[in-house]
Amino acid sequence: MSSEKIDVRYVANLARMNVSDEECVTFQGQLETILGFIEQLKDADVDDADLTTHVNPITDELREDISRDGLEQKDLMQNAPDSALGQIRVPKVVDA
Amino acid sequence: MSLHLESISSLRKQLTSGDIAPSDILDALSESIATQNPAINAYLSYDLETAKKDANAADLSKPLGGIPIAIKDNINVQGQPCTCGSKILDGSYQSPYNATVINNLIQSGAIPFGRVNMDEFAMGSTTESSAFGKTHNPRDLDRTPGGSSGGSAACVAANMAIAALGSDTGGSIRQPASHCGVVGLKPSYGRVSRYGLVAFASSLDQIGPLTQNVEDSAIILNAISGHDAMDSTSIRDEARDFTAGINDGVKGMKLGIPKEYFGEGIHPDVRAQVDKAIKGLEAEGAEIVDISLPNSAYAVAAYYIIAPAEASSNLSRFDGIRYGHRTEKPSDILDLYKSSRAEGFGSEVKRRIILGTYVLSSGYHDAYYNRAQKVRTLIRKEFEEVFQKVDAIISPVTPTAAPLLGADKNNPLQQYLADIYTISANLAGIPGISVPCGTVTSESNTQLPVGLQILGAHMDEQTILRVGQTVETISS
Repeated sequence: MSSEKIDVRYVANLARMNVSDEECVTFQGQLETILGFIEQLKDADVDDADLTTHVNPITDELREDISRDGLEQKDLMQNAPDSALGQIRVPKVVDA
Repeated sequence: MSLHLESISSLRKQLTSGDIAPSDILDALSESIATQNPAINAYLSYDLETAKKDANAADLSKPLGGIPIAIKDNINVQGQPCTCGSKILDGSYQSPYNATVINNLIQSGAIPFGRVNMDEFAMGSTTESSAFGKTHNPRDLDRTPGGSSGGSAACVAANMAIAALGSDTGGSIRQPASHCGVVGLKPSYGRVSRYGLVAFASSLDQIGPLTQNVEDSAIILNAISGHDAMDSTSIRDEARDFTAGINDGVKGMKLGIPKEYFGEGIHPDVRAQVDKAIKGLEAEGAEIVDISLPNSAYAVAAYYIIAPAEASSNLSRFDGIRYGHRTEKPSDILDLYKSSRAEGFGSEVKRRIILGTYVLSSGYHDAYYNRAQKVRTLIRKEFEEVFQKVDAIISPVTPTAAPLLGADKNNPLQQYLADIYTISANLAGIPGISVPCGTVTSESNTQLPVGLQILGAHMDEQTILRVGQTVETISS
């Protein structure tokens, strides 16, 4: 854990999200304050502690392998921003 | 319409005796909403016509037969909008299916009625980060109702709903309940299915009721809880009646008072109300035991690693492809993702996505995320040990009564620190309830409610409902 500077634009790009110059400045200050606060976790004695991903003693929960009705195509397509011929339309992703 | 919008049990008596019809309740609600919602902004939308059809078909013999329930705008109800308080889901989005809790409510005869405001994607504690305007506290319109389930708490407090569903990831049911003077219950993790709740932090999120009294919370928990094959963290448990035994009192119970929850941060007037409630419980025969939860000091720091980390992953689904906002004229697919997300998300959500992405990024994962998960284990074990000694834990819900709107606008850390008493329950997965225990007088001479938090062992909602019922009785 360190108090090095966070490169907001780089991290936002990892999250596939544009940030404005103004947001970069604001977020940088706020996030570094938050990261500074979080540094206190260094003081916790976690040498013997396991990781808790979630609290319930449930692992590998499986449903029975029985088919059942899902949603209709039209119900799923109704929320698509752009669609045609029963498919979602997106900008070209592969160069010919 | 002179129908008084009382508690569920009272209205149910009038419904089953035929004194009133379900549509009378809806009429009274819509009148109350028309008068009050413009100033409070708890409801984002509601569909009276559909609700009336549902009301006419409602089976009045069921436990919630004919009772309308307001729904936080991050829980899917088929055919209704589900904005999560975000521009990214504004406009044409309609839920294609019901959340399990909604199916359960309908099966119990209830009518999901209205979509209520929230902090964007449940990230916040004031309901000011909603893209659709802030919600005002009905007890003092200059103040926040709390959040993120601020709409749920405000509509119940203002008699614009009989009861509401909210969701609680770090206190988002209990804290607004405390600020608005209603009862708010966060069940144990796994008690209520999360299927159909738009995920914020999956290992912490839990749906629960906000109600006028403790008994109503138990009645709603009866309806919404139970194992669900659609949620892999849902727990198999015997069928329970959570209203059973709530009037049995606290005589002989051991109630733990954690010294760390009564430190320097708590406002003396809030503390006075909490101390008064503890004295009241002692007078009712409870044994008050001093306890210590030293690792709770790390709870806020661990939470603000774990919750943003999970959020950054969960919110990657909002990419402008299958649903939600898509930018106009993207230059290519990458620009489509990046611009749609930049245009759709508000500041608090962006801040948390960046924080979450950062703590999960290469080179930081062990130092932040894994360490936080280890600290989470310490917090969880500490509670397990304490619940060997006591039946329930009593604490404040928040350090202060409802803050003024805009108070911590540019200081997110300050706002995060106000979650200090509620966050541990989410990290440990234990149930917690906020019950009104008194009021404090604000600088502008308004009476602001104070809630008492009661925490129980995992899956032991019954004990905290019983203590909560006692607090309700002695406070009124």
